[in-house]
Amino acid sequence: MARIFTPQIITSNHLIEGDSIYLTATGSWSRQAADAVLMENADIAALTLTAANLQTGLHVGAYLADATHFREAFRAVGPSNYFHGKQAG
Amino acid sequence: MYIYNDFDEGFVRDRIDQFRGQIDRRISGALTEDEFKPLRLMNGLYLQLHAYMLRVAVPYGTLNGRQMRQLAYIADRWDKGYGHFTTRQNIQYNWPKLSDVGDILEALADVEMHAIQTSGNCIRNVTADHFAGAALDEYEDPRPTAELLRQWSTDHAEFLYLPRKFKIAVSGAKHDRAVVRAHDIGLYLRRNDAGEAGYEVVIGGGLGRTPMVGKTVQEFLPKADLLPYLEAVLQVYNLNGRRDNKYKARIKILVQETGLDVLKARIDTQFVLSKAAFKGVPDSIQAPIDAAFEPPVFNNTRSTVLDDALESDPLLQSWVDTNLAEHKNPAYAMVTVSLKAVGATPGDATSDQMRALADIAEEFGHDELRVSHEQNIILPHIRRADIPAVHARLRDAGLATANIGLLSDIIACPGMDYCALATARSIPVAKDIALRFEELKLERDIGPLKIKISGCINACGHHHVGHIGILGLEKHGVESYQITLGGDGSENMVIGKRAGPGFSDKAILPAIERLLMAYLDIREDASETFLQCFKRLGEAPFKLALYPVEGSQNAA
Repeated sequence: MARIFTPQIITSNHLIEGDSIYLTATGSWSRQAADAVLMENADIAALTLTAANLQTGLHVGAYLADATHFREAFRAVGPSNYFHGKQAG
Repeated sequence: MYIYNDFDEGFVRDRIDQFRGQIDRRISGALTEDEFKPLRLMNGLYLQLHAYMLRVAVPYGTLNGRQMRQLAYIADRWDKGYGHFTTRQNIQYNWPKLSDVGDILEALADVEMHAIQTSGNCIRNVTADHFAGAALDEYEDPRPTAELLRQWSTDHAEFLYLPRKFKIAVSGAKHDRAVVRAHDIGLYLRRNDAGEAGYEVVIGGGLGRTPMVGKTVQEFLPKADLLPYLEAVLQVYNLNGRRDNKYKARIKILVQETGLDVLKARIDTQFVLSKAAFKGVPDSIQAPIDAAFEPPVFNNTRSTVLDDALESDPLLQSWVDTNLAEHKNPAYAMVTVSLKAVGATPGDATSDQMRALADIAEEFGHDELRVSHEQNIILPHIRRADIPAVHARLRDAGLATANIGLLSDIIACPGMDYCALATARSIPVAKDIALRFEELKLERDIGPLKIKISGCINACGHHHVGHIGILGLEKHGVESYQITLGGDGSENMVIGKRAGPGFSDKAILPAIERLLMAYLDIREDASETFLQCFKRLGEAPFKLALYPVEGSQNAA
């Protein structure tokens, strides 16, 4: 039986600033996690990731991520010790 | 301190030009990330969770005022106004842009600093006792050795692609303040019965996923043999280290799998060759190094200024009790400036604080500053008569926290607030512990205690050698914190023992509180430290405090 696929997002880090960016439904990249498109099909997710990783001049190391994982929650907001990063706008 | 010669200056500037070109090619798309990553890592540039991170080398933790002021300038100009001092005596900037890194490196080079070999599988920044050249218990200043090793290991063509990273530490004192036995190579300066200087050489120490106490491979190595002997160790490791498995690639695993005696025999065989080929350190190299670490000219005039001030200033008394250590000159003291204000991030200093430290070092401290592996800043040569003035200046800068060696003087790695490798956060745990015990007003009663927190198994927070170690992991999709007990990073190094199941982020603070309340209950008297009490009674009463009921509901 095929393994159940948990819906995932595609995220990466911006080449210049290094901050987290997210693949959107239109195929562009957004700095906000809320704009991320949720991939519900494993095959499409894998193909989209391969395509995303060809855009090597834009970002660094795209990967499939569980948006509900605490690591992704921290990446989407910024550090907890200072009001820096995404949370600071 | 060591001053760059034309060769050093030219090398660093050339390297910046080279790296600028590599950055430009990465931005233009001419280099892929796979091609660029090893190049940026060789220049200290990491990619973390929210941004790039630049790790700047502070050779054996030594800085002058001009350098500290430049670090502040970089923090303001290209980062977010602060820097993070690390357990390897370096400084990290958490927010540089890739396109600014060339300019940052240029600004560093202007004060004889760089970020070379702060990452990658090469010999990293050599660390040393932060009280070097000042401590009362010192046999010999370790900095000339550390500087010689810095020059020898920088861009050493044979050792730039080792099986894994390689860390060297040097101590020249009775007490080990550099966690020497937790390094790939550790050196203790010694004198033999004939009074000649040499080294006890330790290999195969390390923390990380397989913590090991380094083993003595040479009881006494004559000083002149240092470079050929280290070359032999590195050559044997380079050839025999496990390149097939990243997690088994450190020299500690080679020592463990091969056995110390067999490995020692291989090193000795190689040493015959390396020694025969070695012509000695030329005087043109050695003489400037020796001259660079001459002690400052001390002012030995007696004064009652400090004694008078102490009578009327309890805050000063409290700070003197914890933050001063004995200098080899009785008219002086070594000052440890705490970067652990209660509730703040361990090891962080703002640019204003860096400038204040630079000013104080220049005005009162023979222009010397050190970064300690415990993430504090040392003013190694402060005249006792100047202590009240220095304390007042530190207080104005928010740097007069009186907690060195106490509970809130916590080591914490950046953890998952910044680090891409982390499995849990460290900083909030450190902050919560410090704030809670400030509320309870128990820190002084608890006395000497080292709490060390790592946000992953790589152990940058040295949790294995904390009297109380905390390791943050992920378990079932949430942060979970394991406690280790009885670790010791001193000359009697001990790896702490895991106490039991981990605690959730909500349960870790109450667990630490139960542990320390139990200690207060069971210690013989106030003079018995936590570590002494643990050694006397063993882990049972402490485990009982952590896990009061079998399968406790507090355990995550």
